Amino acid sequence: MTMPLMHPKRKNPLLRTRQLNLPPGARGRVALGLTAAASEGRFELQVCEACNAVQYPPREACLCCLSSQLKWRAQSGEGSLLATTTLHHSNDLFFRERLPWRLGLVHLDAGPTVMAHLHGEVGEAPTRVNIGARLDRAGQAVLIAFPFQGSADMADDKMLREMTSDPKFRKVLVTDGKTELGQAIVRALVKAGADIVWVGHAEPWKKAGSGLDDIAALPQVTLVPLDLTNGRSVTELAGEIGGKVDIVINNAEVHRTYGIASRRGTDVAKAEMDINYFGLLRLAQEFGPALKGRSADGETGATAWVNLLSIYALSNFPPHGTFSASKAAAHSLAQCLRAEMRPAGIRVINLFPGPIDDEWNEQMPAPKLTAQSLAASIVKALRDGVEDVYPGDVAQEWLERWRDNPKVLERELAAGG
Amino acid sequence: MARPRHSYEGVAVAVPVTVPYVRYSTHGAHWFLGQAVAALVEGAGITKDQIDGLCVSSFSLAPDTAVGVTQHLGLSPRWLDHIPTGGASGVMALRRAARAVQAGDADIVACVGADTNHVDSFRQTLGAFSNFARDATYPYGAGGPNSIFAFITANYMRTYGATRADFGRIAVSQRDNALKNPNALFKKPLALAEYMAAKPISDPIHLFDCVMPCAGAEAFLVMSEERARDLGLAHVVVRAGIERHNAYAQDPVMVRGGWLADRDELYAQAGIAPADIDFVQTYDDYPVIVMMQFEDLGFCAKGEGPAFVRSHTLTHDGSFPNNTSGGQLSCGQAGAAAGFLGMTEGIRQLTDQAGEHTVPGAQLGLVAGFGMVTYDRCLCTGAIILGRST
Repeated sequence: MTMPLMHPKRKNPLLRTRQLNLPPGARGRVALGLTAAASEGRFELQVCEACNAVQYPPREACLCCLSSQLKWRAQSGEGSLLATTTLHHSNDLFFRERLPWRLGLVHLDAGPTVMAHLHGEVGEAPTRVNIGARLDRAGQAVLIAFPFQGSADMADDKMLREMTSDPKFRKVLVTDGKTELGQAIVRALVKAGADIVWVGHAEPWKKAGSGLDDIAALPQVTLVPLDLTNGRSVTELAGEIGGKVDIVINNAEVHRTYGIASRRGTDVAKAEMDINYFGLLRLAQEFGPALKGRSADGETGATAWVNLLSIYALSNFPPHGTFSASKAAAHSLAQCLRAEMRPAGIRVINLFPGPIDDEWNEQMPAPKLTAQSLAASIVKALRDGVEDVYPGDVAQEWLERWRDNPKVLERELAAGG
Repeated sequence: MARPRHSYEGVAVAVPVTVPYVRYSTHGAHWFLGQAVAALVEGAGITKDQIDGLCVSSFSLAPDTAVGVTQHLGLSPRWLDHIPTGGASGVMALRRAARAVQAGDADIVACVGADTNHVDSFRQTLGAFSNFARDATYPYGAGGPNSIFAFITANYMRTYGATRADFGRIAVSQRDNALKNPNALFKKPLALAEYMAAKPISDPIHLFDCVMPCAGAEAFLVMSEERARDLGLAHVVVRAGIERHNAYAQDPVMVRGGWLADRDELYAQAGIAPADIDFVQTYDDYPVIVMMQFEDLGFCAKGEGPAFVRSHTLTHDGSFPNNTSGGQLSCGQAGAAAGFLGMTEGIRQLTDQAGEHTVPGAQLGLVAGFGMVTYDRCLCTGAIILGRST
């Protein structure tokens, strides 16, 4: 059983804030394949195309037949725990601060023997375990041995909390509470145990509207003025709550239909860019440094940044052409943000949803994403500690086509989908 | 049937050199290499120009390799080898040098294992030790081989019923030997109770199961017996030698080493049986590996290691002398020199230079090597049987 996480005590401002240390993050190029899969929540190992031998650690030639055709393939992760050890000593600063730390040696049914972090509910060897890949605080994949049947509180495991960004007891900023999606995100976070949810609304002088009023009535929720088109508004809010926010969820967006020829001028495209791209930039410049400074601040330290992008960011969808372009720009900037936040141990999670069931996707046929399911996928991404999420059937299908052949997808999208 | 291997007949090993160990040093690896070669030259009564073969093992030499050492030390050998294989490098150096001497490719080969140790160099070595370690063990916080050998030890204990006290007997006996070796860094006696009460490092590995990294060098010369006689050098002969790499890769966790694959050939080449051996110098990075060597080198059956150590005394004057210098558990682990420690000690024992820790009347000694934990086990194994020169 995992001891449920207790609500952390109020921080004593006189005590030292724990300084950042990351677990060892160096990996060879081949080994990054494990990280690439784990960043989307999958456990993959190299499998030889010629003889099917499963390989680990990652390598350049098959250990059985020397073939160079090693492809990353999903693994069940089932295996036998051969031995365990508890580290009482480590030369590594990250682990020194977190001792004792339990590790296991697991013989995968697929063949290889792997070293893994042990979930607290895994007993002593010999026993059966399930290996999964997770990103650690350095943003690199590590293997974790899980019990076959975990308890309800297994997400509260001390080791797992070091890897994931579970919103439980954390303080979250949701940048736009006016949309149905924003409100669904706030409700999902409250349900997931978030301590405080600050909810941005761009025009605080206007009547909030029924949805926002309902949200504001929740005891965890505080409405805050936030206009991402206005640098001063972002700066002021960061000055007020920047030092307390653990998770930023940037869901503010402007979405208009049409591409180039259907509308004269650049006003609409500028409005999209001003929120979808420059809004992210303003937000990252103000809140990024504050998050970075608190990433090791106890068990509820700053941990993650979530961007609402779009599957159209991968390849332009001409009926939503300018919106696609703004999301592609945001995607590129989010990669930059991720590179800058990773050394501080802050995970940047990008969501690439297909069409959401809102007014701006009126013309899109089903299946469309409900606000509730998209909100649920955000909470799941935080709990699982992944980096890239493609929620919904449309996003999954487009992603598959894009990975298969981006040029073919471009032609298909030009022809209407 | 494999082709029969040539014997090591006519090869002499002489001038065991130890550059005194220190916990930390501000010198580079080249300093220890230089000191070792100087001691070899002085001990042999030759000029440095007479060394025409050089074999180097070192972890802290980078970015230099053995060839850089030739320029650094002003040597001009006609045979050169660099063997970055740590704990197996002493055995491997001797096997290679012996063949060079037999073939006439070199006349006098200097074999040197040397490393320095700065205050943070151990941690830095670990992080960059191998590709597999960087990708698949170092990120898990073990910061070195401790956790790997904790797994191997835990699995061995569960499978064969070994207890911590069994491993303690090995460590305690080695400390007794070390107290008679002026070069050992550990000067205080170790009682079994103290071993048992030591702080845990990575269960079931505790403090006295681990070696202490230090700086130092070990070296010896390889030449023809004829040459050794001409120079008037006390020397030993090579009765047999084996090595094996990445053995039993299919075992999900290490329960046996590559010695097992080649030991029959080892004893056949020497024309002896394990019972004829007067002392062993096992590779003792962790006591469990010492116990495995007792089994895999044929002194007892697999799984009988615990009973074997309970029924023998392992000190230099005991019924089964093991690591008579104190081994690296009590001398310190001077990087790659640890792979040479058993060899220099074996030469000393068989040339009456072992002082207070002499094995009385020893005629035959076995020196084993074990090196390079690149992922979940040590890959290199080797063994040499040395004999007293007649």
